[in-house]
Amino acid sequence: MARAGTIWPLAITACSVVTALGAGTTALRDGLLRRQSGLRPCDAPDMPKDIWIGHVAGLENVALPQDLAGFTCRNNRLAELALRTDGFATAVDRARLRYGSARIAVVLGTSTSGIGEAEDAYARRSASSSALPADFDYAKTQDLQSLPLYVRARFGLKGPAMAISTACTSSARASMVAADMIAAGLVDAAVVGGVDSLCRMTLHGFASLELLSRGRPTRPCAADRDGISIGEAAGLMLLERPMAENQPLLLGAGASSDGHHMSSPHPEGLGAVTAMRAALLAAQLTPDEIDYINLHGTGTRANDAMEDKAVSHVFADRVPCSSTKGWTGHTLGASAAVEACVAIECLDAGLIPGCLGVDAPDETFTSDVATANRNANIRRVLSNSFGFGGSNCSLIIGYPT
Amino acid sequence: MNADRLQCWIGGVAVIGPGLPGWAASEAILAGAIPWERRDVVVPAPTLLSPTERRRTSLTVRLALSAATEACADVAAPELLETVFASGNGDGAVVGGILEALHDPAGVIISPTQFHNSVHNAAAGYWHIAVRSTAPSISLGCHDYSFGAGLLAAVTQTVVREGGVLLCAYDVPLPEPLAAVRPTASSFATAMVLWPEKPANARGMLSVSYVPTAAPGDEPVDGVGALVMENPAARSLPLLRALAMKNTKPFYISLADDAHLSLQVTPC
Repeated sequence: MARAGTIWPLAITACSVVTALGAGTTALRDGLLRRQSGLRPCDAPDMPKDIWIGHVAGLENVALPQDLAGFTCRNNRLAELALRTDGFATAVDRARLRYGSARIAVVLGTSTSGIGEAEDAYARRSASSSALPADFDYAKTQDLQSLPLYVRARFGLKGPAMAISTACTSSARASMVAADMIAAGLVDAAVVGGVDSLCRMTLHGFASLELLSRGRPTRPCAADRDGISIGEAAGLMLLERPMAENQPLLLGAGASSDGHHMSSPHPEGLGAVTAMRAALLAAQLTPDEIDYINLHGTGTRANDAMEDKAVSHVFADRVPCSSTKGWTGHTLGASAAVEACVAIECLDAGLIPGCLGVDAPDETFTSDVATANRNANIRRVLSNSFGFGGSNCSLIIGYPT
Repeated sequence: MNADRLQCWIGGVAVIGPGLPGWAASEAILAGAIPWERRDVVVPAPTLLSPTERRRTSLTVRLALSAATEACADVAAPELLETVFASGNGDGAVVGGILEALHDPAGVIISPTQFHNSVHNAAAGYWHIAVRSTAPSISLGCHDYSFGAGLLAAVTQTVVREGGVLLCAYDVPLPEPLAAVRPTASSFATAMVLWPEKPANARGMLSVSYVPTAAPGDEPVDGVGALVMENPAARSLPLLRALAMKNTKPFYISLADDAHLSLQVTPC
C-alpha cells in the first residue's frame, strides 16, 4: 500500500500567467510596478451596461495544434497561450522526461470552461429549430473536463486529469488536490492552476446579483466600492517535490466551507478565518511570519468587509494586505492561480502592490490595507480565495526562511 | 502497471437510480438475488434543509443531498467529513435555463438564485449548509469519468489527510437542446463514506490503483449492470455491485480513453 508522505512544501518549478495585462509574468510584474491596470470598458454588444472588464487581446488568433483542433474554444485558446508563455511547456517537457508521462497529473480549476461555445451555438440556431448546430462539440468545449483533457493531451501526459470547479476557489483547490496526489505517491508532479474566459453567462449572472462595478473599474477595499470587474485569465503552475534552493514554494494550503449561504459570505468571515488558519497550520507558520496578504478582494461590499474582519481576526493590523483585482479583474476560477503568480512576482520584486484606483481604504477596515505600492522584503505571501457555495481556500507561497 | 495501491475503508453507501430506491432496498438487486426492474427514479425531499433553502433547490441538488444523507445515516458527526462532489453535467436545468435566457429576444433576465445555483459546487454548498459543516469540500466535473475521478480524489484525500471523506456522485439528464448533444438516459446518484481506519459499519476495504492504459474490454452486462452507460454517476455500478455481492474479483472503472482505475474490494 502506498504510504502517505508529508504534503508540504511543494516547489513551484514553473509558472505562467495570461491576464488582461498581457501574456507572461513580465507583463504582470510591469503592470504591478507601474500601477497600470489591464481593465477596459466593455464594448461588446449584449453585455451589461457601463462595466469594465479584463479582456485578453488577440486570443482569437491563438490556434490550437491541428490534431487537437476539436478542443478549440476561447477557454482552451487561453490555456494554449499560457502554456506557450514563460517557458512553461519546456518545464513540463523536462518533468515528463524525468518522471514519465503517467507520473504527472493535470488538475485544473475552471468555473465555466468553454461555455462560450454553447452560447454561440444557441445564438446560431435556426429560427425553425431549437436544435444546436451539428458542429457544436459539447464534450471538447463546454464540458469542464475539456480544459484538463486539452492540457493533458497537449503535453502528451498520461497521468490523472481532473477539472475542479468550486467557483472562485477552483484553481486554489486544484493545487490542494494535486498536492494530495503527490503526497499519496500517485504522481511525482502536477500541472495545476486554472483558466476562465469571458462569457455572457458570467457577466449577466453577476449583473443579476447586482455585484458588478458600474461606470469605472473595481475598487477593492475602497469606502465607495461598488462591485466586481470580471476578467479572463489563465494561470498555470508546475508542482514538484522541492529539489533546489531558492525555488518559490507552495508552503501550505487550507480550505473550509461556510455552510452558511450560497452566495453571501459569512458576515464575520468564519470560513475565511478557518481557511487561513488551516493554511498556517499546514505550513507550520505563525501569522507574524506572513509578510503580505493578497486578498480575494473582489470589490463587493460584502466580500471586502467580511475579509477585512477575517484578516484582522487572524493577523490584527500587523501584515500588509491588498487586492490585485484592480489590475486583472476578478478572474473567477483562474484567480487563485493568477494571484499565486502575483505572489511570486511580489516575492521576487520585494513589492506590496497597493490596491489600484483606491485613494484610501474603507475607514471601517481594521487591517493594514495598502493603497500605494510599498517596497518590502517579502519571504511569504498568503493568498485568499472565496467562492459561491461557501468555498474558501488560502495558499501560502514563499520561502521557509 | 503501477504497483502502488491506495487503500481505505468503505462505510455507509447510498444509491438512487432507476429501480434502485436507496441502498437498503437495492442491495439484493445489485447482488443479483432479486431481478432488477426499471422503475422511475424517485428523489426524496431534502429534509435536512430549511423550507427556505429547500425551495431554492433543483432536482439535481435534491438527488445529491438524498444520496449523501443516506450514506451518512450511521455517521455521528457528518459535519466533520470532508466532501468530494462529482458530477459530469452539473445542474443542467439551471445552466440550460440561463443559456436560454441569454438568448431571449425580449432581453436577458437571469434570476440571482438561478445564477448562484449554476455553480458546479451548488450541491456541495447546500450539503454543507444542511449539515452546518465548515469542512473542506471539492466539486469536480470529468464528463463520463466523473465518478472515477471523484473516487480517486476521495480515496487520495482519505489516505493523505487521515480523516473521513464523503464522496457523492450525481447526474441528471440535461434539458433540450443540450440533451441531444449530451445524452444522459436517467438520473442516478451514489454516495459513500470513506475512512482511513475500519469503521463500525465497514462494508469492505477498497484498494485502488491508477493504470495509464485503456480499461480492459468490459464483460457484457445485462439488467442493472447495463445502467452503467446511462449516466456518469452510474459508472459506479461495478463498485456498488462488488460491495453488494461481496465479490473480491478485481474490476475496472475508466478515467479516460487511455486510463482507468483498477479496484478490488475485500468484504468485511
